[in-house]
Amino acid sequence: MIEVQGLNKFYGDFQALKELDFTINKGEILGLLGPNGAGKTTTMRILTCFLQPTSGTIKVKDYNVIDDPLAIKNMIGYLPESAPLYGEMLVYDYLAYVAAMRGLDGGLKVERILELVKLCGLKEVAHKAIHELSKGYKQRVGLAHAMMGDPEILVLDEPTSGLDPNQIVEIRQLIKDIGKEKTVVFSTHILSEAEATCDRVVIINRGEIVADGATDHLVREFGGGAVVDVMLQHDDASRVSAELGRVAGIERLEEVMGAGEGFVKMEIFSKDDKDIRPALYRVIREQGWDLLDFHRRTETLENVFAQLTREN
Amino acid sequence: MSGALTVFKKELRGFFFSPIAYIVITTFLLLSGWFFFSTFFLYNQAELRSFFSQLPITFAFIVPAVTMRLFSEELNSGSFELLSTLPVTPCQIVVGKFLAALTFIALMLLPTITYALSAAALGDLDWGPVFGGYCGALLLAGAYTGVGLLASSLTKNQIVAFIIGMAICFMLTIFERMLFFVPESLLAIFAYLGSTTHFQNISRGIIDTRDLLYFLSIIFIALYATTFVLREKR
Repeated sequence: MIEVQGLNKFYGDFQALKELDFTINKGEILGLLGPNGAGKTTTMRILTCFLQPTSGTIKVKDYNVIDDPLAIKNMIGYLPESAPLYGEMLVYDYLAYVAAMRGLDGGLKVERILELVKLCGLKEVAHKAIHELSKGYKQRVGLAHAMMGDPEILVLDEPTSGLDPNQIVEIRQLIKDIGKEKTVVFSTHILSEAEATCDRVVIINRGEIVADGATDHLVREFGGGAVVDVMLQHDDASRVSAELGRVAGIERLEEVMGAGEGFVKMEIFSKDDKDIRPALYRVIREQGWDLLDFHRRTETLENVFAQLTREN
Repeated sequence: MSGALTVFKKELRGFFFSPIAYIVITTFLLLSGWFFFSTFFLYNQAELRSFFSQLPITFAFIVPAVTMRLFSEELNSGSFELLSTLPVTPCQIVVGKFLAALTFIALMLLPTITYALSAAALGDLDWGPVFGGYCGALLLAGAYTGVGLLASSLTKNQIVAFIIGMAICFMLTIFERMLFFVPESLLAIFAYLGSTTHFQNISRGIIDTRDLLYFLSIIFIALYATTFVLREKR
């Protein structure tokens, strides 16, 4: 539905986006991840026709952002970061204004506003001026703004930033509900959020795509093998690593410092997905060591993200 | 053009939500009222000439104060991003905001009709020049509103927008009085650029296409340039 093709954006000499290429399918919830300044907002601003690309283009259906901005704006609802709304307007007046901009009129307009007031939980604040609202309510007004024209595509820039934990859960649920019918693109740097909400994530670093796929797929692809944490009661760490090192399928062993006198703590990295715990446990039992801690962890999206976006 | 109409309505209401509007109206009425009545009784004639003759210079200060927030505030708060991702073209935004500011200035002029009524009560007022004066005032306000809007689109800072707008409007106003600096060969061109003579012609009731063309072309150039600036921001 949305095709990003060879997208470049320069701000003066600074290249914010470098040859971005990806597609977003209809009905998908896509998360744009990346550290600050990676180009998430720039990409969204080009998609919503706020900025023009230096070269390359984004196509939505058969339209492209350079030649048909009006057609695309009609299909997209956009919530910019921190929802910069007109502070002096009342919430209801503001929504009425957006409705008029979206070409709604008369009874249809009132109906849609009331629907969104209910959906976004704005009933208690509809008569207040926007600058009097808390951050969470402002964000909800912004969300109502984005959904006003019942757009096919919703673009949300960090929709949960600055919200309290309950509000975050609410907004995520809302995104998931909307995503059942519509295409949603949202950016975030909260990775658990992406894992919980998205069908697919695109990770951007310094204007380039470093990963693109479903979250579990990315973890498998970039995460490598699993890690087993072991903690034993023993004096000699080198002996422990020598004995455990004989187990097949180990890539390397790393001693973790600070376990204390008489204890040894190790991280054992396996070569692939294979579970090496039974083999390790047999060695420990043979040696008769006292085992204190023993568990396996797989790579998380956090690790993958850190690995892919680390500063060089 | 429904987008322009929506912007127009929103902006016109917006003027009355901010205290600047009331301050500007009060200042304008005080200034123009004082200019008018301080000499009205000295001339001992039932006419509004002294009111209209001070309008160009008063407008040069008042109009940029009205227009300064129109884009600067949006650029500063970031709401411009919301506005320009709604289905409207930059041209519709500019026209909507321009007409809103012009309507606001027309509303600001409305109470000054009492000057005419007072004059009519005291003597035999010729309504022709009064009518011409208001037509000229609207054209003049349109030209300065265009300039002010352009200034506002150039910066995030309302004060900077005000000063740029005021400087240009002031320059247009006093052009005629600075002509002795200009070489003789260019005199005709520079004389045409000043707004005061054009305004005075119309306010005397002489409708000349050259004067109309002057104001309309300033409006057109300013609005076109504003649209261009907005497009360039992308």
